Amino acid sequence: MRAALVAEYRKLMSTRMWWLLLLVLAGYLVFIGIVMAASFVFAPEDPDSGEVALHGIDAAKAIYGLTNAVGYVFPLVIGSLAITTEFRHQTITQTLLVEPRRGVMLGAKLLATVPVGLLYGVVGTVAVVGASAPLLAGWGDGAYLTDGSVLQVLALGIVVTALWAMIGAAFGSVVPNQVAAIVVILAFTQFVEPIARLALGAFDATDAIAKFLPGAAADGLIGSSLFAEIGGGAELLSRPVALAVLLAYAGALALAGRFTTLRRDVA
Amino acid sequence: MEGLGKTFGAIRAVDDLSFSVRPGAVTGFLGPNGAGKTTTLRMLLGLTRPSAGRALVGDRPYAEHATPARVVGAAIESSGFHPGRTGLGHLEAYAPQAGVARARCRELIEFVGLAAAADRRVGGYSMGMRQRLALATALLGDPPAIVLDEPANGLDPEGIVWLRQLLRTFAGQGRTVLVSSHVLAEVQHTVDDVVIIARGRLVHASSLAELAGLAAPETYVESPAAQALADLSRERGWAARPDGAGLVLTGVPAAEAGAAAYAAGIELHQLASRGTGLEDVFLRLTADPR
Repeated sequence: MRAALVAEYRKLMSTRMWWLLLLVLAGYLVFIGIVMAASFVFAPEDPDSGEVALHGIDAAKAIYGLTNAVGYVFPLVIGSLAITTEFRHQTITQTLLVEPRRGVMLGAKLLATVPVGLLYGVVGTVAVVGASAPLLAGWGDGAYLTDGSVLQVLALGIVVTALWAMIGAAFGSVVPNQVAAIVVILAFTQFVEPIARLALGAFDATDAIAKFLPGAAADGLIGSSLFAEIGGGAELLSRPVALAVLLAYAGALALAGRFTTLRRDVA
Repeated sequence: MEGLGKTFGAIRAVDDLSFSVRPGAVTGFLGPNGAGKTTTLRMLLGLTRPSAGRALVGDRPYAEHATPARVVGAAIESSGFHPGRTGLGHLEAYAPQAGVARARCRELIEFVGLAAAADRRVGGYSMGMRQRLALATALLGDPPAIVLDEPANGLDPEGIVWLRQLLRTFAGQGRTVLVSSHVLAEVQHTVDDVVIIARGRLVHASSLAELAGLAAPETYVESPAAQALADLSRERGWAARPDGAGLVLTGVPAAEAGAAAYAAGIELHQLASRGTGLEDVFLRLTADPR
């Protein structure tokens, strides 16, 4: 297993994709961090409507949680590539020659994405904090970077990014076609899940379901949800439950991949 | 292989195939395109599950060896490379599971003649360079058995000679070498044994010498008295076909043709053994019966 882990980690780091995506992630989060912080700091006060009126520590947490809230597509994609590039370039044949135990191979891939995911989390968090903290501190209610609960948000944002990478790898095993996997990830994260969270969160009967959606569970783990604050409405899962839910997503997808994609003959 | 079979839908790609490959020799695994060679090798290597029978490496199936890359080194035709990874990076990605260190990768890439291209991305490699890299990958674990699927494809003539010598060296070291090809001539000078399949079934397995025994010798004769030679050939019932200025006699050793011409008083300007028509035997063995 150790050898398989080292091998999978080397595969991830030996092409340019990991740092290309990381650069885009950092740039994107710097941009979003500035925009969001500015919109909170410079938004005109409107005490009557109460909309987008995040203040103080809530504003800081919501912005610092952006690594997860808008950045999660990046770890998902890099995770899925761990599997889909093997099928796209037919290196899966060689991979299974040196490791015929397919469950071990898949497990190693899932775990090998964790350090990459942590790196994405650290860089993403540094980007978003670096971009927004000066605005919050200079013109807003403060950056709150010494507050314990804020530091928790930052640390868990890194952890959740690693989990997203793992979920991405598990998803890749279910959809090994690279283009299809990326399209589905983009469609789900940018379109399907936000709408589902809004729709399900709008009714009491379905509100309980909404918090189990992967993005909502990730918000639960972090303990802050920009989405909920600006009208998503749904309450969040407690941290232990949210962690279990995210791990369950990875596990269920990996199992599905093991018994579909990886049960077939490799052509 | 014992009674190995693989069915894709209604198609029997490999049907009740049994043969064994011995150490210390190069075995040619031959058959026309689509005969089931790659499918057989994939079953041998645990990539494809057999519908029937089993394939063993030593005492157990390939996939049940603890470190299979140290038992069999294989290069399968459809296996690919990530174009964005360097040649050395490719080897290093597969080294841990072969139980070898990075130093061995550098050594191997030099061994297969890719030292200058080691740090270039595989996307820019030629077909022949990819074959060399695939071979290096197969050799990572210094395995006692080597399975190569059409290894000569894309190699330049110099590369083919190099490969030939390499395979002979491996066999000389006592390793088991199995090489597939759809062209007999390509491996004719390299192999000791042949296993020939067609339409998924075994049609012949023997030493190369025995296969040659099935082949009819061919003799080229040329005479200024062409008509007399043609008459003699007809009289003797030889299978003859015109070839340039003379005749090619099939199934007639040079000595017999020479003696007959001498007895008939026919002057010969050329009498040459063309060797045996191995390619003809191969084609005959693998011909579609329909």
